[in-house]
Amino acid sequence: MGRLGIETRSSLSMHLAQYGPLPLVPERHGKEPGRLVTELEKSGLRGRGGGWFPTFRKFSAVVDSSVSRGRLSRTRHPVVIANGMEGEPASAKDAVLMASSAHLIFDGITAAAATIGATDAFLALHRDSRLVPILTKALDERQAAGIDPLQISLVTPPARYVASEESALSHWVGEGIATPVYPDRPFQKGAAGRPTLVQNVETLSHIALIARMGGDWYREVGVPSAPGTTLVTVGGAVQEEGVVEVPTGTPVSEILAMCGGTTEPIRGYLTGGYGGGWVAADGFDSTAWDPDAMRAAGAVIGASVLWLIGESECPLEEIARVTAWMAGESAGQCGPCIYGLPSISDDVHHLAMRHMSEAEMKHLGQRLKLVQNRGGCKHPDGTARFVSTGLTAFADEVALHLDRRCSVSGRRPVSRPGTEGSLPVPAPRLALVDVSGRDFE
Amino acid sequence: MTTTTEDITATLLLNPTTCDGRGLCHHAAPDLIELDEWGYPLLPGGGLRADLTKSQLKAAEDATHACPVLALHIERRK
Repeated sequence: MGRLGIETRSSLSMHLAQYGPLPLVPERHGKEPGRLVTELEKSGLRGRGGGWFPTFRKFSAVVDSSVSRGRLSRTRHPVVIANGMEGEPASAKDAVLMASSAHLIFDGITAAAATIGATDAFLALHRDSRLVPILTKALDERQAAGIDPLQISLVTPPARYVASEESALSHWVGEGIATPVYPDRPFQKGAAGRPTLVQNVETLSHIALIARMGGDWYREVGVPSAPGTTLVTVGGAVQEEGVVEVPTGTPVSEILAMCGGTTEPIRGYLTGGYGGGWVAADGFDSTAWDPDAMRAAGAVIGASVLWLIGESECPLEEIARVTAWMAGESAGQCGPCIYGLPSISDDVHHLAMRHMSEAEMKHLGQRLKLVQNRGGCKHPDGTARFVSTGLTAFADEVALHLDRRCSVSGRRPVSRPGTEGSLPVPAPRLALVDVSGRDFE
Repeated sequence: MTTTTEDITATLLLNPTTCDGRGLCHHAAPDLIELDEWGYPLLPGGGLRADLTKSQLKAAEDATHACPVLALHIERRK
């Protein structure tokens, strides 16, 4: 049984019966953030949106940015945005959490808002998400009970990959444009120029627990460098795809056992999501699921996605399909992304289709380096890492493809990337600027 | 010749969301800024920030002044 209660969908009364009411969270007083920030530091909580950045630092940065503006500044009041966008197509953990434990998330928003002195609070989720009615109902329950001193509003930005990046989210809340912002970070100039705290919904639910039980309690499980539990989305060649909650540091093999084991011999794993990286199967299942152990193993914990690819699939075809989608998800702001990602996608497509020469392969390697560290957001870097780690993890398959062969081709024809496969690729592309769809001014 | 931190007088900053790839920076300062295969500028070191020595400062100023969309910016060391 986990801490976050993902097994059942909790109404407000069930939530209160399980966790008790949120204790009064001390408010920010002038320059001093509320006391919860000390507990957050003690807890060692790190953000679960993918970056695993120390949560208390983000809180402090927002308060400092607010204080630096002076008392007469019209932009001095902070904003809280809960990020429930779950832009990673292979991830489902935030959706599962929002469906089951919405009140824990809202408690976290309320606790965060008091601690940093926010005057506006939002929960952002994808337009057309099936969770909109569930979360609206949960908010209505809370309003009727009068438990949130600051009203929390739902906002629904377009369902685009880059729209869930934190600067894009605050850009959308402030101005109705869901493109990433460079160089200002949200804590500096976020929604409408205000200091903005963007936190993933899972992080906020951990914050709600820390507000109740304290930082020392929080550290009792998980690894010291990234304590607590974490949700993991497990997909691909496993018996039971789904979301599990485990203490950080749980070996991959144990996570797989919770999902009924694998369906076939495994060739490799996609870790972290499409902004994450591939690793070869050899020995990887003994690795601990925590940010540092993952990095040491050449993997990325990121948004805590674990996707298995089995021997019946050609990994290069999967990579080509996803890369084409990633190229199409560019916000269209930076040249290396606008032109670089489609070039890389074409190259990977040729490789998957076994039309690739050694010279083109070399060119691909150069392009993968060329698009890195040159964007206003990390979309090109993430896409390049997705491809380059795949080429390394599946070097045998790459060699076969350069030789016009494929380990799977005898069993089925080469699919056209973009048409079929196992990794999820959402279909529609929506405009990133859509003021008509905004919920708030 | 080795570069020490004292030799660094300024940092050249590129805003990639503003840059249109017109390429004028490269024409103004071909030894400092290259263009990639799509016509977008490559600063020394390949990222969005490049430390400048005193001898590079003039070229960086020329590139910055040449940019029609103000995508380049020089931050001087105090």
